[in-house]
Amino acid sequence: MSTKDWPLWEVFIRSKQGLAHKHVGSLHAPDAEMAVENARDVYTRRNEGISIWVVESSQVFASDPSDSDAFFEPAQSKVYRHPTFYEVPEGIAHM
Amino acid sequence: MSALNTYILRIADDSLILGQRLSELCGHGPAIEEDIALTNVALDLIGQATSLYEYAAEIQNGGKTSDDLAFLRLEHQYLNTLLVEQPNGDFGMTIVRQWLFDTFRLPFYEALQQSKDAQIAGIAEKALKETRYHWRHSSEWVIRLGDGTEESHYRVQEALNFLYKYVDELFYMDDIDKEMIEKGIGVDLESLRPAFNERLKHVLEASTLSMPAYEWKLKGGRVGRHTEHLGHILTELQYMQRAYPNLQW
Repeated sequence: MSTKDWPLWEVFIRSKQGLAHKHVGSLHAPDAEMAVENARDVYTRRNEGISIWVVESSQVFASDPSDSDAFFEPAQSKVYRHPTFYEVPEGIAHM
Repeated sequence: MSALNTYILRIADDSLILGQRLSELCGHGPAIEEDIALTNVALDLIGQATSLYEYAAEIQNGGKTSDDLAFLRLEHQYLNTLLVEQPNGDFGMTIVRQWLFDTFRLPFYEALQQSKDAQIAGIAEKALKETRYHWRHSSEWVIRLGDGTEESHYRVQEALNFLYKYVDELFYMDDIDKEMIEKGIGVDLESLRPAFNERLKHVLEASTLSMPAYEWKLKGGRVGRHTEHLGHILTELQYMQRAYPNLQW
C-alpha cells in the first residue's frame, strides 16, 4: 500500500476545556474519519488532548509570502494600536 | 493449577500473543500513521496481559512471577486461541484478524466487567475502553478495504475466508468455564454470540464482503494444542529470558 494517494490533513488539538484548538502538525489519511483516528494515535497518545479537528490541507487557503510587505509591514509603525498608552488607575491588579 | 488460574491465562495469552504479533509490525506498517496505530494496539494488549499475569502469579502463590508466566512456559502451556497466533500476512490479513478478535473481545469485556472477582472486573473495565477503540479502528479499515478497490476487496475477502475457521474457537468453553460461570466470575461465551454475529453482519454489509460459505472449524489453543506458528512466536518472545535468565530491564 502506498501513501501516495492519501491526502494530507492538518491536525488541531484542544488540550483542555476552555482552550482553543491549536495546530499541532499534519498527517496522511484516506478520509476524514481515519484522519481523526490517526491523529488520536499520533498526537494524543501522551494525554495531549480532549478534542481533535482535522482539515484537509488542500482546503487551507494561505496568505502569499510575497504579499508580506503589503500585508504585515504597515502594522509595524503603528504602535498606538497596542493599548499601552493608558494610565492604569491605582488598585487595578491584573492589566 | 486452579480453574481461576487457567481462566485468567486463557484471556492473558490471547492478549500477549496478539500483542506480540502486532509488535512485529513496529517499523514495518504500511504507512507511518498505521504503524503507530497498530503498535498502540499492541501496547494496549501487552498491558492487559501484564495485569492479568500479575494477578495469576499472585493467586498461584508458587513463587512464580508475571514474567515467568509470560516468558518461561512451554508451547503447550500457552492457552491462546489459534486465531491470534496466525501470521500478519498482508495488511488485509492483519486487519481482518484484529477485527474478528476485537468483535469478540468487545462483548466479552462488557460481560466480564460484571465478574464477582473484583480484580478481573477492574481489568475488564479498563481493557474495554481500549478495546472499543481497537474495534472502531479495525472495523473502519475492514469497511474501507472491503468497499475499496477490486484488489483490496479481494484481499480482505481472502483473509476472511482463511481466518474464519478460527472464529468458533473464540467461543470455546469447557469445565473451566462452567466452574467460573457458576461462581459468577466468568462469562458464558455462548451468550455473546448474538452480539458478535450482529456486529459482524453490520460491518460485512457496509464493506460489501460476504460470510465464508464453509462450516470447517479448527480449535485446540485453549488446551495447549497450537498451530506451527506459536513456536516461532515464542522463540522471539522468549529469547532474552532464555539467553539471559532473570534478566531485568
